[in-house]
Amino acid sequence: MSFFDYFKTKKQNTASIAKERLQIIVAHERTTRNQPDYLPQLQQELLDVIRKYVSIREEDIQVQLDKNGNCSVLELNVTLPE
Amino acid sequence: MAKIIVVTSGKGGVGKTTTSASIATGLAKRGKKTVVIDFDVGLRNLDLIMNCERRVVYDFVNVINGEATLTQALIKDKHVDNLYILAASQTRDKDALTKEGVEGILNKLAETYDFIICDSPAGIEHGAQMALHFADEAIVVTNPEVSSVRDSDRILGILQSKSRRAELGMDPVGEHLLLTRYNPERVLKGEMLAVEDVKEILAIKLLGVIPDSQSVLNASNQGVPVILDENSDAGQAYSDAVDRLLGEDKEHRFLDIQKKGFFKRMFGG
Repeated sequence: MSFFDYFKTKKQNTASIAKERLQIIVAHERTTRNQPDYLPQLQQELLDVIRKYVSIREEDIQVQLDKNGNCSVLELNVTLPE
Repeated sequence: MAKIIVVTSGKGGVGKTTTSASIATGLAKRGKKTVVIDFDVGLRNLDLIMNCERRVVYDFVNVINGEATLTQALIKDKHVDNLYILAASQTRDKDALTKEGVEGILNKLAETYDFIICDSPAGIEHGAQMALHFADEAIVVTNPEVSSVRDSDRILGILQSKSRRAELGMDPVGEHLLLTRYNPERVLKGEMLAVEDVKEILAIKLLGVIPDSQSVLNASNQGVPVILDENSDAGQAYSDAVDRLLGEDKEHRFLDIQKKGFFKRMFGG
């Protein structure tokens, strides 16, 4: 590092970037943690079926399985284009 | 009632074996009958850290297969009383650890020991799952670094879903965070995750913070668990962690930069 670089360097707080990235990925992984293994494939096949009729993007479909006591609820969210 | 404690992390190289050796030694020094088991089948490292590598005759898998008795395989520690070591096998068959075999050995050890420390291999494969399956408590060793924190969170997920306690619907496994390789100077500069950040992300109880210290390498070079180096910061931090594990309320030390005094500056230390 040259003498003048000392004045130029803006202090970048990389620890706060790390914390932010971790909070996002950990939150995401926690929601998918207890899901059955077949869910991604189910999501893909549902996507294929819907695409036969409406053109949607990969991220327009969300599949989630929630357990409520002794019954499970399969929640399917599809955002259709306008 | 023996307490089974797994030392785990997901990620490799964060200090699981160092921690297992020091926590086991610390418990034994406080008069608890302790045994520490190396679950890293195929590799085996705990014996080196505890300086008994030349006394291993029979190992964990020999006992499971009935080729040796527990008494034959347990190695008495030379540093402290009340401590025994069960070495990992160097077999390449990674399925050598069966659930029934492990359970049988743990049940037998539970008759005589107060604490059973299970040193987990890295990863989330069979060996790691066997190490954590029967645990009552888990020490999750984490470095203040993104991949280590993420892997710790995954291990917590496995503890909450695949451990025996989870499968039987018993009280959950007690989770303790042990943050290792902590460098307060870098935290202050904003280059390293702070202990509060890691605690917030993982949301578990903090057992201790081990400062990044030359004494850890010095100790492993000699095969003496670092907790026995009572003058070192890392040794003292492990000692505090053992006290907390036994229910003592101790303030956390070494979280701030240690100021070197005049004499230390002049003469080193």
